[in-house]
Amino acid sequence: MSERELYRKRLVSMADLTPAHITRILDTARVMKGISERDVKKAPTLRGRTVINFFAEPSTRTRTSFEIAGKRLSADVINISAAGSSLSKGESLKDMVGNLRAMNPDLLVVRHGASGAPEMISRWVDCTVVNAGDGRHEHPTQCLLDLMTVREKKGTLEGLNVSIVGDIANSRVARSNLIGMRAMGMKVTVCGPATLLPPRAGEMADRVTSRIEEAVEGADVVMMLRIQTERMEGANFPNIREYSRMYCLTAERMKRAARGALVLHPGPVNLGVEIAPDVAEGPWSVILDQVTYGVAVRMAILYLLLGGGLPEQ
Amino acid sequence: MSDLLIKGGRVIDPANGLDAVMDLLIERGRIARVGRKLESAAKRVIDAKGLWVTPGLVDMHVHLREPGYEYKETIASGSAAAAAGGFTSVACMANTNPVNDCGQITEFIVETARREAVVNVFPVGACTMGLKGEALANIGEMAAAGAVALSDDGRCAMNAQVMRKAMEYGAMFNLTTLVHAEDHNLTQGGVMNEGAVSAALGLRGQPAAAEEAIIARDIQIAEYLKLPVHFCHVSTAGAVELVRRAKERGVKVTAEAAPHHFTLTDEALKGYNTNAKMAPPLRTRADMEALRAGIAEGTMDAIATDHAPHSVIEKEVEFDQAAYGIVGLETALPLALALVREAGVAPARLIESLTARPAAILAIERGTLTENAAADVTIIDPGREWTVDPALFKSKGRNTPFGGWTARGRAMFTIVGGKIVHELKEQQA
Ligand SMILES: [Zn+2]
Repeated sequence: MSERELYRKRLVSMADLTPAHITRILDTARVMKGISERDVKKAPTLRGRTVINFFAEPSTRTRTSFEIAGKRLSADVINISAAGSSLSKGESLKDMVGNLRAMNPDLLVVRHGASGAPEMISRWVDCTVVNAGDGRHEHPTQCLLDLMTVREKKGTLEGLNVSIVGDIANSRVARSNLIGMRAMGMKVTVCGPATLLPPRAGEMADRVTSRIEEAVEGADVVMMLRIQTERMEGANFPNIREYSRMYCLTAERMKRAARGALVLHPGPVNLGVEIAPDVAEGPWSVILDQVTYGVAVRMAILYLLLGGGLPEQ
Repeated sequence: MSDLLIKGGRVIDPANGLDAVMDLLIERGRIARVGRKLESAAKRVIDAKGLWVTPGLVDMHVHLREPGYEYKETIASGSAAAAAGGFTSVACMANTNPVNDCGQITEFIVETARREAVVNVFPVGACTMGLKGEALANIGEMAAAGAVALSDDGRCAMNAQVMRKAMEYGAMFNLTTLVHAEDHNLTQGGVMNEGAVSAALGLRGQPAAAEEAIIARDIQIAEYLKLPVHFCHVSTAGAVELVRRAKERGVKVTAEAAPHHFTLTDEALKGYNTNAKMAPPLRTRADMEALRAGIAEGTMDAIATDHAPHSVIEKEVEFDQAAYGIVGLETALPLALALVREAGVAPARLIESLTARPAAILAIERGTLTENAAADVTIIDPGREWTVDPALFKSKGRNTPFGGWTARGRAMFTIVGGKIVHELKEQQA
């Protein structure tokens, strides 16, 4: 996708972006973070622009992050959730989107439980579409905020060893990060029980292992994924106790990581299940920084996609 | 005076080992003569120079949706689609509403077809009541009413004992069981082939093993019982190999392949194209190649479309929720003819897979140009190029991944019982 198209059309997959695009977004996000640190946290850049946050699947964190991002840039932000919308009354997605389209938004932020919904929606509307997480597919803005967090803390991305641990098969965060991190020259290991690794994981990652000790060994970044305990027990592993024993990131296990290693988690955290409290709150943890950078990255995305131009132009 | 004389075409009649430029004469709805330089005062003479004259094509696997889903397709619209695609006979699956699991429904289909269909419609009865895979359907009753085979297509009996009983009971009425091979536990939640593409799209996959496990199971049962079994829409290389080996040791196994499976791969799903969603799913290039080889050598006996019309409201939805299946009757012939050019399939073998073989599996007296046989004939222009425009389909279904494709090869005339039911007018070219 050319830069021109990028700023017009959509962000549904990290595969929509080149490394140059990613760098541009992260640079812009750094400027945006400056706005968030001022006393008056508002720039007039997107005044008169309408952003609809269309969340067909509940998510307070991501929706709030997009909402703050839009408002800090002075856009009119409207939130529509599935619960209150006609989707819950049996209206089809296409009809629902047709209605949104008729309201002439400039940009649609879409969260949906079905993989591919934002891509389909982007074919049904003429405004810009940003994927805020679709099913088991992708969550590109999460990937971008993860990249920003690592770059701000480590100064670089190229050559770093990252291990993503947990339910890789069902994780849109893992899928976006596998694309985005590898595009930026990071070496990505995925780790989880064999039942939660995607088919042919070896083609998606640099390394695949089911042993967390091996994954953490020498890692510069360890990203822990939330485990969906309700759906998983019995089907994919015997019980949460065994999962925890095998995959919980403990301070003891973190000793194997590289010096100055970072621990990331997209949240919300299951303390004591996939991550021990002393790690989540320990010196490695950048989990709260991720939230801060999340707003900055989403400001950058809105700004660039709505044709705000590049800062240096 | 005879009804129809077809002159100078390349007559391909695999049932009689015939492939030569000849004339064909039709009288009183029957094949009167096939020979050189036939002279006769016929009501109509068709110049078939440069065209193939074949037995009317037989599609042993379609969904006509009537009764119950007339908004998707009817026996009338589906049969018109068949005629347009060159098919003179279709076997329609039992997953209607109500399910064709008793004599009255079979009779309804036969009667409706007699009144409204332009091609021969042969009903397939369900193996089990409601396709539930539990109690046997009213097999004797359906056989008496005209069912030509048994199938729970769309579903697969997870209980091997039920499959055994269906084969045994059906055999008393000379009805072969047509198996939709899918282990529903292994495919649970899956909406496409499991592999690199499903991983990238974040869609749940169905492994090839889910199809192969059932094929292996039912081959063993058929071998033990010494009874025939037929596998619908075989889609994996492993399944082709299982069928090949079973045939080598004399098991009475037959199989069909669908045009979409030997033409497309799971790459067609990129962009979440719901018109490429079907069961079994589009597989990999290796699977596609194996199917082509299987057709060339005859391991895959028949080509069948699995014509599965749906309305847009069932396709223009989230991928997970979209209905399975595509229409196939009006695009099958050019996709099959491509195998002659691209996969080394001999013309006679290709025509056999579309005529004599499926007719033999269903034990229906069709698929041949033998003298005195019903005059079902298809006249094909194998080189004719045309653009697939779903809006022009006779089928009510527009759900095809081939819209906009440049197709090569087309049915110029479709003749059923001596009557021309489809003739391609020049302006349609
Ligand atoms: Zn089927």
